[in-house]
Amino acid sequence: MTAQVITVTSGKGGVGKTTAVANLATALAMDGKRVVCIDGDIGLRNLDVVMGLENRIVYDIVDVIEGRCKLKQAMIRDKHYPEMYLIPAAQTRDKNAVSPSDMVRICKDLRPDSDFIIIDSPAGIERGFRNAIAAADRVLVVTNPEVSAVRDADRVVGILEAEEKGNPLLILNRLNPAMVKNNEMLSAEDVLDLLGIQLVGIVPEDENVIIGSNRGAPVVNDAKSRAGQAFRNIAKRLQGQEVPFMDFAQQGGLWGAIQRLTGRK
Amino acid sequence: MVGHISSGIIPGNGVTDQLMEPTTSIVQIKGIRDGLLATFSEAPWEDQQSALLSQIDDRPTFFQGARLAIDIGTQALKVNDLVDLRDRLSERNVSLWAVVSESPLTEQTSQLLGLATRISKPRPEEQRHFIDTISNDTALFIAKTIRSGARIEYPGHILIVGDVNPGAEVVAEGNVIVWGRVRGMIHAGSKGDRSAFICALDLSANQLRIADEVSAALKPHKDPRPEIASINSEGRLQAEVWHAG
Repeated sequence: MTAQVITVTSGKGGVGKTTAVANLATALAMDGKRVVCIDGDIGLRNLDVVMGLENRIVYDIVDVIEGRCKLKQAMIRDKHYPEMYLIPAAQTRDKNAVSPSDMVRICKDLRPDSDFIIIDSPAGIERGFRNAIAAADRVLVVTNPEVSAVRDADRVVGILEAEEKGNPLLILNRLNPAMVKNNEMLSAEDVLDLLGIQLVGIVPEDENVIIGSNRGAPVVNDAKSRAGQAFRNIAKRLQGQEVPFMDFAQQGGLWGAIQRLTGRK
Repeated sequence: MVGHISSGIIPGNGVTDQLMEPTTSIVQIKGIRDGLLATFSEAPWEDQQSALLSQIDDRPTFFQGARLAIDIGTQALKVNDLVDLRDRLSERNVSLWAVVSESPLTEQTSQLLGLATRISKPRPEEQRHFIDTISNDTALFIAKTIRSGARIEYPGHILIVGDVNPGAEVVAEGNVIVWGRVRGMIHAGSKGDRSAFICALDLSANQLRIADEVSAALKPHKDPRPEIASINSEGRLQAEVWHAG
């Protein structure tokens, strides 16, 4: 069996790509999957911080590419899940230190011994983004219910379509049902209406996410967190399981929107 | 001893081939205001691509960090061709920013990839003329949603089955018809045709232009109906609900 390569991207920065990668990887590891995370944000790495592995970094992805170490040496084992690894980005280099074919080669080497390879893309649509999607079998686009974030997500979806990367899946992050109810925030329906791509999960706004990121302990570990539950559900859907969408009771009309849009290609 | 060879490869003359300057190969590279321009001849795409890459590999320091535009004449290229070239250039630290072509398919491909299709150098007059003669009655048909960052430009009419999202631009010398929602920018009659019109199932565009008239943002409709925008008898751009018959 060979691994599935999933790239998490967004266009706009700060919408929760890194958080999504850390949480989905952890949730997949909790389900017993062998997972490798790759931080594609060369020069601005932080996946290691969010996963609580910062102080274990010896080698990084640029060391692998430039032949200073073996791939295995740059793979940092997670503290809790022995089948989960992180390949960190280099902090002292820039995006040009990696090329799309380097990413394809590294993923090819990783595929035989893992179930999921999750790549954290940098913000933007330049070199770093192209590196991150080069090897992807599937792309997850993360957005927030904000006009600017949705506009950038739309741009990214357009590029993915042009590059024939298959149908991207959408994660709508940081939805605040109370604000949607008061017409202060775009609803899930508004976002899906514009982007017209398949939804894989809605993550509600939850302060535990920030607490978890700062502690280096992704929120999926917290059984009580709503956001954690949402990420666990997305991880199950990525494994091909049917999981009903969480019910944000306050939102009228959301169900219809989801059912209508998830049924469409 | 060796005479200077100014153009083309002389077939069957291996010695001459080796002695030639790289700039006399099938790809011509020269400096323009916006960086470098590589002009491809009519040779097969693969040959041209490898000729270009080998020129770059011969003089890596000259090309380091360069912004490159390519003029590929009439060849029709698919997405994969351009993506492949762009990635290979990118590995050599050369950024491809524009693709100039006379093929509508190639232009469309380039636009979808976010590459420019016009550079400051005007196309020679004779080639322009070729496009003008086909413009009046031809239409570009696109059956997909035009997303943010995409710019579709065509010297005839444009027909879109799908939405035009905010941040997208559609520019036609003729009319624009959208079987879907318009929330981006549409410009009809871009070369000054004031009789051009724009119609859509839902015209909530953030800006419409016909010839040199510009409309302010249209409010999104609660209950969208097909609308048509044109320049009225007072010379102002207006949109009205479309009535059959």
